Amino acid sequence: MEQITDATLLDIHRRMIRIRIFEETAGKLMEDGKIPGALHLYVGQEAIASAVMVHLSNKDWITSTHRGHGHLIAKGGEFDQMFAELYGKATGYCKGKGGSMHISNLDLGMLGANGIVGGGPPIAVGAGFSNKFRKTDNVSVSFFGDGASNEGSFHEAANMAGLYKLPVIFICENNGYGEYTAQKNHQAIVDVADRAAGYGMPGVIVDGMDAIAVFEAAGEAIKRARAGEGPTLLECKTYRYFDHVGVRGMGLSYRTDEEVEQWRKRDPIESLEKRLADQGILSPEAAQAVHDEVRTQVQDSVRFAEQSPMPDPSTLLEDVYAA
Amino acid sequence: MAEAQVKPRTLPYVAAITDGVRAVLREQDNAFVVGEDVAGAGGVYGYYKGILKEFGPDRIYDTPISEEGIVGLGVGASATGCRPIIDLMFMDFMGECMDEISNQMAKMRYMFGGRVTLPVTMLTMAGAGASLAAQHSQSLEAWICHLPGLKVVMPTTPYDAKGLIISAARDNNPVIVVLNKMSLGMMGEVPEESYAIPIGEANIVRPGANYTIVAIGRMVHEALKAAEQLKDLGIDAEVIDPRSLQPFDTATVVKSVEKTHRALVVHEAVRFGGIGAEIASQIQELAFDYLDAPVARVGAPFSPVPFSPALEAHYVPNADRIVAEVKKQLGI
Ligand SMILES: Cc1ncc(C[n+]2csc(CCOP(=O)(O)OP(=O)(O)O)c2C)c(N)n1
Ligand SMILES: [Mg+2]
Repeated sequence: MEQITDATLLDIHRRMIRIRIFEETAGKLMEDGKIPGALHLYVGQEAIASAVMVHLSNKDWITSTHRGHGHLIAKGGEFDQMFAELYGKATGYCKGKGGSMHISNLDLGMLGANGIVGGGPPIAVGAGFSNKFRKTDNVSVSFFGDGASNEGSFHEAANMAGLYKLPVIFICENNGYGEYTAQKNHQAIVDVADRAAGYGMPGVIVDGMDAIAVFEAAGEAIKRARAGEGPTLLECKTYRYFDHVGVRGMGLSYRTDEEVEQWRKRDPIESLEKRLADQGILSPEAAQAVHDEVRTQVQDSVRFAEQSPMPDPSTLLEDVYAA
Repeated sequence: MAEAQVKPRTLPYVAAITDGVRAVLREQDNAFVVGEDVAGAGGVYGYYKGILKEFGPDRIYDTPISEEGIVGLGVGASATGCRPIIDLMFMDFMGECMDEISNQMAKMRYMFGGRVTLPVTMLTMAGAGASLAAQHSQSLEAWICHLPGLKVVMPTTPYDAKGLIISAARDNNPVIVVLNKMSLGMMGEVPEESYAIPIGEANIVRPGANYTIVAIGRMVHEALKAAEQLKDLGIDAEVIDPRSLQPFDTATVVKSVEKTHRALVVHEAVRFGGIGAEIASQIQELAFDYLDAPVARVGAPFSPVPFSPALEAHYVPNADRIVAEVKKQLGI
C-alpha cells in the first residue's frame, strides 16, 4: 500500500479546510437570502472528496452530485469563480447559467455537479470508456449518494463498467439519508458495497470520516483502474452535518440531535488535526493559520462575487449549441 | 360540476393540493400515495403534510429514489385493482421514468385491446422562477400531451387544484396533474367538501369582447394582469384557462375567437414546439374566416432554463411580454 507522505497529509488537510469554510459561508449566505436557489452542503463529508482527489490529476475525470461544491473545491476549484457562480454572476464558472447544482470546470476534469440524482454514474462510465478508447491511463471517479444507488442509472452504469473493465471508481458517499429518508427506509441492505458482486467488481467499505483510510482505499481502487484491472465500488460511511438543503433547512424531525452530535464527535477535520499534531506534522497553531488564511480567501472571494456583474440578458441564448 | 358551496373557505394552493389528496383517500379505499419523501416529510413542497398522520402508513409510502420504479408501481398496481396516486417530485424527472410513462402507462390499454384499465394519477411539479436552474424548472407538458392514452391537467388556482386532483383520481385513465411551484402560496376559495372539475372543460376566467388569450398554467395569472394593461389600448381581452390540455377544449377557444377575431396563446414552456403551436394551429384551422390577425404566441426562448436570476427574469414570460406581443401582432 502507498505510504502517505507528510506533504500529502497537509494537502488533504488544506483541501478539507477549504471545503468546510467555503460551505459554512455559502450556507449562511443562502439562508440570508444573498445566494438564490438551493444549496446542498458538503460539511461533514470533506475527508472523502479531499482524500480521493489527491490521487487525481486534471486529466482524471470526476462526476459529482447535487452536493457538489466539495468535489469541485477538492479538484482545485477557485473560490472566486465558485462564489460568483453561486451568486449567478457572469464571472462564475458557468457564467451564471448553472448555479450550485451544475457547477463545473472541465479544465480541472470536473464534469459537473448534477441536479439529477443518479445522473453522474453513466457519465463517468462514458469518461472511463473514453479514457480507455483514447489509450490514456486516466481514470474517472463517480461520486454519488446512498440514495442515488437506488436509481436504475447506477445499475446500468456499474454493470457496463464491470463488463468492459473500465477505469472507473464508483464512490458511494453513504451519509445514511436520501433527503429526509433514512437508509433503512430506502434500501434493504446496510452496505451499498454489497452490490459490487452483482457487477463483477470489488466492493470496499471504508470509514468516510477518516481521511487516511479513504486515501488508502481510494489509492488501491485507482491503481487497479489505471492498471486496466477494472472498476471498484468504494463505499464511504459518512454523515452530513447540515440539513439536506441549506444549513437549518426545512426543520423536519427525521433525525435526532443526538445522532448529529455523535457524528460530529468523529469530525474528520478534528481527528486529522489531532493526528497531525500528535505526529508533529502540523501544530495546532499552524493548523489554525490554515483556517485563518482560508477564511480570508473566502471573504475576498465573496466580495469578488458580490462586486461582479450579472450576466447580460443578451447571453441568454448563447451556449445552447456549439458553433 | 362544482357542488353547492356550504361555507366559503380560503386556502393556499399548496393546502388545496393536500385537500384534494385527502378527499381521494377518503372516497376511494383502494387509493394510496407513493413517492419520494411524501410520507415522513410530507413532500418537499409540503403538500402531503398530515396525510400520514390522518391515514396511516398503509395509505402513503416513502419510496427509494427510483422514479422508473415509482411510475411502474403505479402502472402495475392500477392494472390490478388499485387506484394509486404517484408523486414525481419535479416534472423534470420524467427523464428518469419516461419509458414507464410513454411506453407502458400511455399505451397498455390500447395494446391490450382495451382489456386493461389504468386508473392512476400522477402529481408532478413544473415551473421556473425560483432559481432552480435547468433540471428543476421545466414545463414539459408538451411531451406528455403528445402521448395518446394519457390525460394532462394543469390547475392554476387552489379551487382547481383540489377539484382536478379529485377528477383525476376518479378517472379510469392515467391522468397527469401538472402543478406549479410558484403558485404554492396563492390563496383562493376551496370548499370543504369533495367536488370534481370535469377534465376537458376550459374555464373562461375573464370574459372579454375583442381579444382572446389562451393561457397555460401559471401564465393565466400573467394573462389576467396583461388584460388589465390592455384595457388602456381599447382591448377587452377574454382570458381562457384550458385547465386540461389533453383532452383539449377546442370548442370553447374557437367560440371565443369567433367573437373576438384575434388570439394569443401563452405558456411558460419553450415556445418552439410547445402546446401553443397546437392550439394556434387548431384556431387557424377551425376559425380562419373569423381571424383578423395571425394567432400570436408567447413562450420561453429556445434555451434551457438559466440559473441566474438576471437571466431567468428575461426567460420566463410575463404580463409585459404578453402586452408587447399583442402590440406587435396588431401593429400598435
Ligand atoms: C432523479 C432525481 N430524483 C429526485 C431528486 C430529488 N433529490 C435531490 S437530492 C435527493 C437525495 C439524494 O440522496 P443521496 O443520493 O443519498 O445524496 P445526499 O443528498 O445524501 O448527498 C433527492 C431525492 C433529484 N434531484 N433527481
Ligand atoms: Mg445520502
